[in-house]
Amino acid sequence: MSILDHHKKIETHATLLLVLSFLVVTIGGLVQIVPLFYLENTIEEVEGMRPYSPLELAGREIYVREGCYVCHSQMVRPMRDEVERYGHYSLAAESMYDHPFQWGSKRTGPDLARIGGRYSDAWHVAHLINPRDVVPESVMPPYAYLMDRPITGEYIQDLMSTYAMVGVPYTDEMIAAAPEDFTVQVDPFGDTGGLLERYHSAQVRNFDGQEELTEMDALIAYMQMIGTLVDFSTFQADESR
Amino acid sequence: MWDYVKLIVLAVVAVLAAIAASHARDLAYLVHMIIFMSAAAIAFLWQIRHMEEAVHNQNEYMDGVVRYGVVATAFWGVVGFLVGVVIAFQLAFPSLNLEVLQGFGNFGRLRPLHTSAVIFAFGGNALLASAFYVVQRTTAARLFGGGLAWFVFWGYQVFILMAATGYLLGSTQGQEYAEPEWLTDLWLTIVWVAFLIIYLGTLIKRKEPHIYVANWFYLSFIVTIAMLHVVNNLQIPVSFFGSDSVPVWSGVQSAMVQWWYGHNAVGFFLTAGFLGMMYYFIPKQAERPVYSYKLSIIHFWALIFLYIWAGPHHLHYTALPDWAQTLGMTFSIMLWMPSWGGMINGLMTLSGAWDKLRTDPVIRMMVVAVGFYGMATFEGPMMSIRAVNSLSHYTDWTIGHVHSGALGWNGMITFGMLYYLTPRLWKRERLYSLSLVSWHFWLATIGIVLYAASMWVTGIMEGLMWRQVDAQGFLVNSFADTVGAKFPMYVVRGLGGTMFLVGALIMCYNLWMTVRKVGEAKPAAAAAAVAAE
Repeated sequence: MSILDHHKKIETHATLLLVLSFLVVTIGGLVQIVPLFYLENTIEEVEGMRPYSPLELAGREIYVREGCYVCHSQMVRPMRDEVERYGHYSLAAESMYDHPFQWGSKRTGPDLARIGGRYSDAWHVAHLINPRDVVPESVMPPYAYLMDRPITGEYIQDLMSTYAMVGVPYTDEMIAAAPEDFTVQVDPFGDTGGLLERYHSAQVRNFDGQEELTEMDALIAYMQMIGTLVDFSTFQADESR
Repeated sequence: MWDYVKLIVLAVVAVLAAIAASHARDLAYLVHMIIFMSAAAIAFLWQIRHMEEAVHNQNEYMDGVVRYGVVATAFWGVVGFLVGVVIAFQLAFPSLNLEVLQGFGNFGRLRPLHTSAVIFAFGGNALLASAFYVVQRTTAARLFGGGLAWFVFWGYQVFILMAATGYLLGSTQGQEYAEPEWLTDLWLTIVWVAFLIIYLGTLIKRKEPHIYVANWFYLSFIVTIAMLHVVNNLQIPVSFFGSDSVPVWSGVQSAMVQWWYGHNAVGFFLTAGFLGMMYYFIPKQAERPVYSYKLSIIHFWALIFLYIWAGPHHLHYTALPDWAQTLGMTFSIMLWMPSWGGMINGLMTLSGAWDKLRTDPVIRMMVVAVGFYGMATFEGPMMSIRAVNSLSHYTDWTIGHVHSGALGWNGMITFGMLYYLTPRLWKRERLYSLSLVSWHFWLATIGIVLYAASMWVTGIMEGLMWRQVDAQGFLVNSFADTVGAKFPMYVVRGLGGTMFLVGALIMCYNLWMTVRKVGEAKPAAAAAAVAAE
């Protein structure tokens, strides 16, 4: 009965009840979250990771805006079938510049962590215009309207500065050059030297095949680079994390 | 004097919102600012017509705001279920992603609308209304803060409108169940702090010596949701004139914080808060005291301590470090015990009153709710075991699990609460029709069974199909094969959802007719009810 007697103090004092229950609910979060910021082996060091180019970043914004994460994960688990179906399992480092992460929780459609380079641009355009034209079983909604939505990168510098504020290594030079980098990535005949120097292995082409720069270009530019930055022919996994 | 301060504040808000609207960078922000402006203007006009009105009687309960909460709960419930039915059929028949709706009504935009409408609009209003009702009845005190409760109610509706319009217009930060961006998040924080102040203030000025157990759950729910909401939504706006913002956390940390939030939205919003509801309405409807006081102490502290650790079970086999996954799984399994402690305390409250299950469809609803709670809180720990999770994760099994909790537990206990509250709040002598309650009960129950069963089948099927390899070691099924195989179950799920929706519509009719057609409670009966409080 002694516990009950002590408990009387708590249940006759509203502020005490509030403070104690608040303390009790903080513990789990503190233990699980705080170490992730200082344990060095949380995110392995790999070569190849770089921030998104301005056009890719705009594409990622569209990916988030349309709720793609609701049906598509970006996290290949280290199981035989997943590695065979999608490719090398996902590394923590591969989402280090993702604010927020896009690992997803549901695969109504397939995982997209290694979608980059898997299909041609033309396939993506056809698939996004009407998924059932290329995959008869698909239940994905059509996104043809992205073809008709021009995109100018008007606020891309603001967006990149904000990302820089939260720790993505965008330099002043990258932000200053963002408007040119944004448009030159869809122009194979343009001066892409600066873009490729700032964002290694950025893919330069007219992604949607239309003259105009549209949201479709940005989305496909993003999708074609997902999961391609780390070279897994040379990657060595740590023994344990 | 205070009324003039309010007028000035409202006028300033309306003007600032108008200025911000004219600088808007995107449509969602423009719409949000128009909502702010209209809300402030309407509140201004209302205030100007009610200047210097008499202060309310402190000896009376503040039930007006609870009545509004009941109406809002029923309304948002129907909206949320309807959107759920629409997206269920969009998955079965993708042509329902209509051409004209592209950019507004695709599955990817409607799904957050459905989850938020059901969790935050339907569940949130149920929690607001019941918390305001229960805290007054169990403390024998009027709500603290005067008109602040009205601010919380209307402020919360504004939050819902902002979130809903934001999803349709593409304003989302891409974190499940925390999709709204900075402006909506800030607004909710203000409303929520006011909610906490009212709740704590009412507890402090209570006239009962002890704080009743339902209030422990409500209080811990309010304070924990405040913590989760603030930490998970730390973000920097790209511009003060646009809805876009960038979350502070990235990658692994972002995933951990998100599921710490996400799982405890379930744990505290949909569990602790609703347990508060259970601890008041089941004893009242059964006219029996809570089964065990000691059990309620143990299960309260164990539940709130253990729940907060369970988040990482959403991230098994991902790039989250193993130690965190193991912690998440271990605590999830331990969580089974306090969950069932709560279930036992709720069910056993009926001991000596089990016969009421035959005659009272409202108590039947509440008992089935607790039954579904028990089932979902067994299924959850089981699915958090890594070996099980390797099959169930990413599949429809998770969706089925969530819905047996959301429809079965949250939905049914809320319906029970609405059936309990409506005659009392509008002073009617009884519900309009008990047989309509029975119809609602059976439609909802069969609907849930269809939903959960079809999702078990499709979830386990697709999990097995994904990993199937042939004798040579090659994968047998393409991903598209597994999508095609799910079609019949998607149709069954949609039908189950439709039945649940029809049940809710019957409830709305029944409640409406209760208020319209049933005679006033007789003074004698009212006096007896007061004595029993």
